[in-house]
Amino acid sequence: MLAEVGRLALFTRDAVLRGLAPPWYFRQVFDQILRIGYFSLPVVGLTAFFTGGALALQIYIGGTRYNAENLVSQIVALGITRELGPVMAGLMVTGRVAAAIAAELGTMKVTEQIDALTTLSTNPFKYLVGPRIVAAVLTMPILVGVADIIGILGGYVVGTTSLGFNSAAYIKNTTDFVEFTDVTSGLIKAAVFGFIIALMGCYHGFNSQGGAQGVGRATTNAVVSGSILILAANYALTSLLFEK
Amino acid sequence: MPEPHIVLENVHKSFGAKHVLRGVNVGVGKGRSLVIIGGSGTGKSVTLKCILGLLKPDSGSIRVGGQEITDLAGDARDEMLARFGMLFQGAALFDSLNVWRNVAFGLMQGRRQMKAREARAIAIDKLAQVGLGPELADASPAELSGGMRKRVGLARAIAPEPEIIFFDEPTTGLDPIMGDVINNLIVDCTRGLGATTITITHDMASARKIADDIAMIYKGQIVWHGPADEIDCSNNPFVDQFIHGRAEGPIQVDL
Repeated sequence: MLAEVGRLALFTRDAVLRGLAPPWYFRQVFDQILRIGYFSLPVVGLTAFFTGGALALQIYIGGTRYNAENLVSQIVALGITRELGPVMAGLMVTGRVAAAIAAELGTMKVTEQIDALTTLSTNPFKYLVGPRIVAAVLTMPILVGVADIIGILGGYVVGTTSLGFNSAAYIKNTTDFVEFTDVTSGLIKAAVFGFIIALMGCYHGFNSQGGAQGVGRATTNAVVSGSILILAANYALTSLLFEK
Repeated sequence: MPEPHIVLENVHKSFGAKHVLRGVNVGVGKGRSLVIIGGSGTGKSVTLKCILGLLKPDSGSIRVGGQEITDLAGDARDEMLARFGMLFQGAALFDSLNVWRNVAFGLMQGRRQMKAREARAIAIDKLAQVGLGPELADASPAELSGGMRKRVGLARAIAPEPEIIFFDEPTTGLDPIMGDVINNLIVDCTRGLGATTITITHDMASARKIADDIAMIYKGQIVWHGPADEIDCSNNPFVDQFIHGRAEGPIQVDL
């Protein structure tokens, strides 16, 4: 366990110091932005929509017990931007992207393609790890921004169709209530989660060994450790960013 | 006498309790071809990986052109690696790139930022050198047979014209005729470049064809080292057992 933490720390150091140093492979970064960011939009959008809708229903049910059902729009907006937007997007992208990175790099590792990069005077950290980390850190806040909007929209759709809220009032309540820091703190979380996702995918991919089974194990480990780290980091960031 | 191009002195490497290299001493002169023979698990691949820096030896000295390379790190290591090329056992082609981009990889990445058009022309030229037509340039590596993959891997290794080339089991997994084709290509391509080469193999036909010098490794030590044409009169019991493929002899196979 301790050795694993040490290996991960060393890997993180290499990923940051070597992976982000020039030469930069812009084409790789662009490819990864497409794969990590753009192609994650549907799954993140759907997740956010249903989460926002369910959240509206739950808050309404809870709110009626205290005659506070008119707070639905505010609490949905707050819950989505500060907490559920980044966390749900982070977990969905972990499942999609950390797994894909671990499987791809794991296969490259066991077929010696990563060694081959080295012998072609290309540093694997710069060519493989750096672009994935940059792409994930850049695109996660955008994904979460989209998730925020769609999540609030989900709450709005449920609120105005089945809970009987007035459309204009719902929107006004949301926009009046949400503060700039609610959104930015969620986006800061998103950038950190992006780093975790790419790092976990790369770390487990680079350390996979022993053929197909090893690659499978690497993929599982990437998703599990990525999800746990995201939830732990979420708690740490929440207490850092919000406790004033 | 000048120092050989690549020198290994008393190189040790362990993985946990497993002591794989137990003091490897071997050298290869500039422009010569050394073949390291030995059974499975005797330390052949680990020796190559130590020279390339993919593994770090526990102790000992490895010098290339007189320069100590075991403790190079960062950009100095990348610079040193630019002098090497390698053909991997499974060819290790990048399956996300098509054939010509694989061959041209060493030309387009790293410090040599060659333009795509120019690199493609060189790649097609290198493919021709290994007997593959230009129609394969845009194929994906997944579409190729084992022999073709090896040829593309060879083309990729020689494309940046490195001064040192390593071959990891170049004929393993190929039929004997294709194996001989690859052996001939290796000899032609490396002689043309004047490159220093180290090949690891357990295929004696391949060793006889490629080698100027042969070294035999057993249990992490070099037990014999000499010119290729003396291999049949070495009077070394290890070598005799290996080249005749006998189960009886000083080499004990762990079952």
